[in-house]
Amino acid sequence: MSLLILLGVPLVAALALAFIGDRKLAPEVNILGSAATFAASVELAFQVYAQGTILAGNNFFFVDAFSVYLTVLTAFVSMTTAIFSRRYMRREREHGTLGHRRMRFYHSMFQLFIFAMLLCLLTNNVGILWIAMELATLSTVLLVSLYRTPAAIEAAWKYFILCGVGIALALFGTVLLYFAAEKVLGAGGQALHWTNLSQVSDQLEPTILSLAFVFLVVGYGTKVGLVPVHNWLPDAHSEGPTPISAVLSGLLLNIALYALVRCKVLVDGSTGNHHSGNIMMGFGIISIMVASFSLLRQKDIKRMFAYSSIEHMGIATFAFGLGGPVATFGALLHMLVHSLTKSAIFFTVGHASQMHRTQEMDRIKGLIRGNPLVGWGMALGVMAIVGMPPFGVFASEFLILTATIKDAPLLAPFLLLGLGVSFAALFRRVQPMVSGEVPSWQKQMKVAHIPVILHMLVVLVLGLYIPKFLAGWFQTTAGLLK
Amino acid sequence: MNIELATQLNSLLASLILLTAFALLVQRRMNALLHLFAWQGLLLAVSTAIVGYLGGAHDLYISSVLTLSMKVVLLPYILHKLIVKLKIHKEVETVVNIPTTMLMGIVLVIFSYHLTAPIRELSTLVTRSTLAVALATVMLGFLMMITRKHAVTQIIGFLAMENGLLFAATSATYGMPLVVELGVALDLLIAAFIFGMFFFHISTTFDSLDVDQMARLKEED
Repeated sequence: MSLLILLGVPLVAALALAFIGDRKLAPEVNILGSAATFAASVELAFQVYAQGTILAGNNFFFVDAFSVYLTVLTAFVSMTTAIFSRRYMRREREHGTLGHRRMRFYHSMFQLFIFAMLLCLLTNNVGILWIAMELATLSTVLLVSLYRTPAAIEAAWKYFILCGVGIALALFGTVLLYFAAEKVLGAGGQALHWTNLSQVSDQLEPTILSLAFVFLVVGYGTKVGLVPVHNWLPDAHSEGPTPISAVLSGLLLNIALYALVRCKVLVDGSTGNHHSGNIMMGFGIISIMVASFSLLRQKDIKRMFAYSSIEHMGIATFAFGLGGPVATFGALLHMLVHSLTKSAIFFTVGHASQMHRTQEMDRIKGLIRGNPLVGWGMALGVMAIVGMPPFGVFASEFLILTATIKDAPLLAPFLLLGLGVSFAALFRRVQPMVSGEVPSWQKQMKVAHIPVILHMLVVLVLGLYIPKFLAGWFQTTAGLLK
Repeated sequence: MNIELATQLNSLLASLILLTAFALLVQRRMNALLHLFAWQGLLLAVSTAIVGYLGGAHDLYISSVLTLSMKVVLLPYILHKLIVKLKIHKEVETVVNIPTTMLMGIVLVIFSYHLTAPIRELSTLVTRSTLAVALATVMLGFLMMITRKHAVTQIIGFLAMENGLLFAATSATYGMPLVVELGVALDLLIAAFIFGMFFFHISTTFDSLDVDQMARLKEED
């Protein structure tokens, strides 16, 4: 039941918002819809906590320890982003950058995007997972080009084409997967059900599955933002509206990684070796290195944090590739805390760039004196994201680093170098922005307090103490990934 | 129709699909490109129906009708309307010259045969030999997207890739489950709506659909 509400609310809200259009209460309806989705997701989490894995709707829906925490995370960040976007988008309208029709489009597509991501997480069918992933791309393409500037259109076109090609390769991988599964499970929709596949994964033909994994890792890897197929990501993040940057970074990348990890479990079960893990470790470590050195060269604030997202998704991919209970636990925690921290940073970045009417970092100054919440929010957010204790990212990165030193000691220096360089790059850039005198071109405005404070509090708590149920879910998932 | 004949007919259709993929790669005139794309869709639809008959998989008839309506009628029609409205007729400049593109295409076909060799040995379906052609069609569509610098041609390359994927699904497994096929068609429909909007945005912002003009977003040194 809560499954139906969870998927139904964003879909109905998308339709309703398309009708409501740019009325005064549209942002409130958006928040209300997301809050209802969040409530349903919490209800679902309680069910999973009480009963364990849930199968529903003639085995079409499937929720286990892995998907449930991402579902709650997705619903939570969508809700806080909706709260943030109320003030943010109102300001954009006042500046005259957006008209009625685009506001209507924005709200409607935001809800459709949430629906697509939740469908990815809740479906049991690997084919539907692919379709929902494509839907998530398509619903955000025109949001990236919302401002209709030449740069925004270019970014959206790149996003559309690169992710389209990537996802097409993932479909080829899915076809191969179905080809292997059909022999064991017989033809029909049941052969693509993850619950069935994971039970017979040791009977699936290893040659086909290792070929399929190559297509899947490149395909879904494009959406995760892994180097060298990451080119769309910094452009899409820097040119789209900030709430969209927040959900792209905080949620979509996670969902794509989720899809990849689900496929990896099947491939590992079939081949019985560590090849897929090695591929993921390779992509991960290259992403970390390239992204951390690219951080040094950035001038645009949103672009810089987009590269930081590539780096962190690289860390999570690397850790999933490494495998083992500690690294997997770290990767799962990292997905959670990175998502919360990065979206909080994007909220403050959005306000900061509106206050200065620019995204150029050289022109953003004196944030703490100008607006303490934005200034301290950004400073603390960046401290958290570079892995300073006591925040949650420290805990996850520490776990991953420990596991690396134990299982792959030769790669540990690269990981450390990446972390060190990004630490230096981010601090060098952010420190002048938050400190100093208030410049004459800075304007004061009302900001959304709740989302930033809420996110940072959760990240702080997760750094100090991980609740028992969450640790239990992480351990169950780690057992699944072996 | 006996099985032997149908199998041979299917192989013939596969080779014709590959031929259209190569023709798409080198054709420079926009209208001819659209015609070729529609022909490829038609061949795919017929081939899907034949495979459905061969394997007794009746879902494939639905998939065939879907392909026919989307790839032969709807998408070429939409693209034609857009081309007329945006007044695009002129030849499309390619980045790499035609003989080189052809050679690259041939290499990709050989590569596809090499890559699918283990799968062909494992499959028991009569259509298994066409899997390499399907992968080659995907790769040629990909090559087309890389070598062409016009927004419309890139989209046609993308759609040709999609054709190759559908062909792969029918030749390797007698088609994906129906719910997946329907979902893919739905996504394609939304994608068509989106690139239609895009053509307007690009041409009004940049005065032409040449994607080379889009070079603002680069890393500064």
